[in-house]
Amino acid sequence: MVFSYVPVLALFLLAGGFAVFSIIAGRLSGPRRYNRAKYDAYECGIEPTPQPIGGGRFPVKYYLTAMLFIVFDIEIIFLYPWAVAFAQKGGATVFLFVEMVLFIVTVFIAYVYVWRRGGLEWD
Amino acid sequence: MTGAHVMVAQLTAAQNFGPQAARDLWWLIIVKTVVVFAFLVVTTLLMIWAERRVVARMQQRIGPNRVGPQGLLQSLFDGIKLALKEDIIPSAADKAVFILAPILSAIPAFMAFAMIPFGPTVSIAGRHTNLQLTDLSVAVLFILAMSSMGIYGIVLGGWSSGSTYPLLGGVRSAAQMVSYEIAMGLSFVGVFLYTGTLSTSGIVDAQAHRWILLEALPSFIIYAIAMVGETNRAPFDLPEGETELVGGFHTEYSSLKFALFFLAEYINMVTVSALMTTLFLGGWRAPWPISLWASANTGWWPLLWFVIKIGIVLFVFIWLRGTLPRFRYDQFMKFGWKVLIPVNLIWIVIEAALKMTSRTGTFVVVGIAVALVLIAAYMAEALQERNRRLAEIDAEEAAERPFDPFAGGFPIPPMPGQQLPTQRPVPVGVATSGHEITGSLPRDFSGDFTSDTISDDDIDDIDDLDDLDDVNGGETDEPDGGRS
Repeated sequence: MVFSYVPVLALFLLAGGFAVFSIIAGRLSGPRRYNRAKYDAYECGIEPTPQPIGGGRFPVKYYLTAMLFIVFDIEIIFLYPWAVAFAQKGGATVFLFVEMVLFIVTVFIAYVYVWRRGGLEWD
Repeated sequence: MTGAHVMVAQLTAAQNFGPQAARDLWWLIIVKTVVVFAFLVVTTLLMIWAERRVVARMQQRIGPNRVGPQGLLQSLFDGIKLALKEDIIPSAADKAVFILAPILSAIPAFMAFAMIPFGPTVSIAGRHTNLQLTDLSVAVLFILAMSSMGIYGIVLGGWSSGSTYPLLGGVRSAAQMVSYEIAMGLSFVGVFLYTGTLSTSGIVDAQAHRWILLEALPSFIIYAIAMVGETNRAPFDLPEGETELVGGFHTEYSSLKFALFFLAEYINMVTVSALMTTLFLGGWRAPWPISLWASANTGWWPLLWFVIKIGIVLFVFIWLRGTLPRFRYDQFMKFGWKVLIPVNLIWIVIEAALKMTSRTGTFVVVGIAVALVLIAAYMAEALQERNRRLAEIDAEEAAERPFDPFAGGFPIPPMPGQQLPTQRPVPVGVATSGHEITGSLPRDFSGDFTSDTISDDDIDDIDDLDDLDDVNGGETDEPDGGRS
């Protein structure tokens, strides 16, 4: 099975080589005329706002979205093998079905809770 | 087993799996890799050209038509022009990450395509091989993983630029792609419930008689929406909304680094289109009327059907861009989290229930469906009730508060249900009586005093005043304030 990944590796090397080549070529082929204003951050021509080191703080909404993403991504990961097993011959049993409904409902309760607490609101 | 059976079995085996890719020789791997790579680059160039031409037509313009026949070489020359531009790294940028980001964005975009089957087994220089770079049993998972990796390039590119707009664009983009990736991943479950495999070639084989589009229409619709959100395309192109964020995460990028981001974006579009074709539209299999022709699904023909199908999906991308205005960010996130995900989960349960029906009694299914509907109805009811209560509270509060048109420092019209104050402040009367008032009005000028508290004497006084600060005191406070 490891062999199946050899073409993936080949494509990785080709794509990576192309990307690295492009960046080096871009450095070499373009002109280089220094102008201090050119190296400032772009803000429509006004003096750029000073940036805090490391980008500063993000609105907490984004962290919340990331957390929710992890919850649902894990749900998806559980659903895939279940779907495959369910689709196979003799897999579509009531037991398998109820089991997964229970799982989905469990996550769904958390989802409803987040919704009611306003975790899905953007302003 | 009769001889005919054996023959049929062998034929199907040869058509669908062949000698199972029989471990491609090294030169065959290299040829296929280069072909996939070239296919993606050429498709991107053509796609950019097609997009500009089609959108131009939709907007009653002509579009690029000078470079090459019909302007076909336009994007190629745009790329060359980009290579000849100065490669700027802003002084505020984090240099290593800034250079790394476009590479991180481009590589996964290319790699996802390794899993897409272009066609059945064909014979190249006497060797049987699948028209697919590699046939993993977890192919769809691999594609999802690659699309997640692509987000790194965008976030890091926005973060490392050391500039406001790219930072906002990068963060937005991450939140958006992450949200719609869930909808996308859930829509795949609907497909796997029919195919029983995650392998892309297996999924195409499962559609030999009927497209999954017909079996799982809701999954298809959700995927169609999610793939536009996932690729940051109009109407979901919020991370690079020109009117809000200049260019989004790649504002500070120039030269070939910018070209790499651009390339990655278009390759991602081709990939999700190919994935849609593979999962829902029968993959490389010929569509219905053509599939009556016996050899439609053999040899090199499938390549043609596959490319046509991708082309149609890509055209829809362009069409959307030419037609729809951009979503607002909160609407967009709300749609993803509050509509696509619950609908998707409910659909998965319904689909599984339908699949089970043949085996077990219908009553189980009906019971579960009724329970689900009841739960949904209860939730809708509760939500409506809550919204109604909130609206009532809002209305009450609004009714209790007297309306002050100058509350924000400038005049505003009343909201529905609010009343303008009937009594006019003085300056209106003064103005209509023909007197000129000069000088700036004080902040607390309005509301406090009304026409009936002011006598004609006061108005005469106002005539004499240079400084209107005094008007407030016209009757009581400081009779002589402004005159001295």
